[in-house]
Amino acid sequence: MSERISRADVVHVARLARLRLDDDEIDLFTGQLGDILAHAADIEALDVGDIPPTSHPLPLVNVMRADVVTPSVDRDEVLAQAPAPEDGRFRVPPVLGEEP
Amino acid sequence: MTDFSAAAATDATPIEPTLPDGWELVVGLEVHVELDTASKLFCGCANQFGSEPNTNICPICLGLPGSLPVMNERAVELAMTLGRALDCDVRRSVMARKNYFYPDMPKDFQTTQYDQPTNSDGRLVLGDGFVVGVERAHIEEDTGKSTHIGGGGRISDAQYSLVDYNRAGVPLVEIVSRPDMRTIEHAKAYVEELREILIATGVSDARMEEGSMRVDANVSVRPHGSDELRTRCEIKNINSVRSLGRAIEYEARRHIDLWTSGSAPDQETRHWDEEGGRTLPGRKKEDADDYRYFQEPDLVPLDPAPETVAAIDAAMPPLPSARRAALADATGADPASVALLVGRGQDELALAAIAAGADADKVVVRLVNDLAVDDWSKVTATALAELVEMESSGAISATQAKQILADMTERGGDPAILAAARGFEAMDTDELETLLDGLIADNPDEWARFTSGDDADHKKMQGFFTGQIMKATRGQADGKTVARLLAQRST
Ligand SMILES: [Zn+2]
Repeated sequence: MSERISRADVVHVARLARLRLDDDEIDLFTGQLGDILAHAADIEALDVGDIPPTSHPLPLVNVMRADVVTPSVDRDEVLAQAPAPEDGRFRVPPVLGEEP
Repeated sequence: MTDFSAAAATDATPIEPTLPDGWELVVGLEVHVELDTASKLFCGCANQFGSEPNTNICPICLGLPGSLPVMNERAVELAMTLGRALDCDVRRSVMARKNYFYPDMPKDFQTTQYDQPTNSDGRLVLGDGFVVGVERAHIEEDTGKSTHIGGGGRISDAQYSLVDYNRAGVPLVEIVSRPDMRTIEHAKAYVEELREILIATGVSDARMEEGSMRVDANVSVRPHGSDELRTRCEIKNINSVRSLGRAIEYEARRHIDLWTSGSAPDQETRHWDEEGGRTLPGRKKEDADDYRYFQEPDLVPLDPAPETVAAIDAAMPPLPSARRAALADATGADPASVALLVGRGQDELALAAIAAGADADKVVVRLVNDLAVDDWSKVTATALAELVEMESSGAISATQAKQILADMTERGGDPAILAAARGFEAMDTDELETLLDGLIADNPDEWARFTSGDDADHKKMQGFFTGQIMKATRGQADGKTVARLLAQRST
């Protein structure tokens, strides 16, 4: 089933997800992801013309809350859990690349 | 995101005058605006500019495990209001995750709309009647704010960054125009008109300098008359309407230079460098557009009932274009004055003063010249009408009217009482004539220069006599009456 997804695809997707995979893992996931896609292809072969597309498992729309301010959390408590708070903010490594 | 499918120029297509002959400018704009809600899009943290860093944050907007977003009803209402103001179809929509890693987005994805936006296929009509298509206006959340430390604040040389998540999760609408604009003036007019619509509808305060309105420009050029779409660049970091014009012109010229030298621009995101007056390439991103969008499983679709949309239409306040038409109709004022007063939101005051019987021309002049202030809430239409009437009847001079209007702006009140408080009494003409005749008798040389000197002399002496009168009357004489009396005596 590996023709549905190539090793290169898996490497690409892993990089987008910031996952470092070794060669064995790439082989393993290429096979597994191929199986999943094969299953999707089976479903694709069925005639589902009469079935409305599902955008959510629950038959709900317009679930909303009123525009009311509720208390935020304590900044010091949050920052205490960050590896390197500085000046009331979260310190992060230098950002490479542009904001999307 | 912009659909570049622009038709070839016709005779009616405007031409950008600052570019070399034979080239056509093609511009589409993407405008992000923060919605004027009390709370954020998916949580109850305050939507507030200028708070202490990281004081408006919670597990939801920090994307902590187990937290669940719930849509802000007011944000949806404001987004749909903007959609209808832009003539969009308001439809069933679905939230989606746009996946990317960047520290200003703590969840590692931005919740936005992708293939099913709330508003699509609208248009914005500019002041001169030019129509710009609006492809979509979708709901999404804002990101946090990074400050780059070291390396002079430049992102590429920074030693580290500090992140404030107060802005993360603030409700936004992104308005994507079609690439319909052909001149810099139209691009600027689009942003200005959109800004006025946002303010008039209460959707956003649309302050570019505070970042509650942010404009990115997609710029390309092509030979005039062609319908091809050449490589475009997206220009970011534009923080004023003036910069927008400069950035588009710079970028268009850069493209023309590349094309004419047998080269071609790369499709890329560039940044406007305000001080250098140029655009600079962003760092190249591999897989830049590979955001692996998928539907947000934690939020259900938005599906406004027809009655909901009808209610939004019914509650729509008059839009700036209609307000300009109404003010022009009532005053016959020039388009620039009309646009200025509607832009300031003073059209309602002007119309009410005119309805109360004030002279339309004088109302417009008084407001245009003397009410360029942020807060004029103490000036009532009745008081303004009375002030203009006092000026029209000659009871007070134009200078005095200005001063009284300043008093009214500051503390409100009745212009007649304010005039009395300042000691402004009607200077009757007899009194002025006596005063003037005395001055002429006392200054025969000056009078001779006024009556028989050359133009410069005449003007100078007119100033002399007017000044003396004003001095003697402590500014209470009406300048026009003085000029008339001087003219009468010199013939
Ligand atoms: Zn929050």
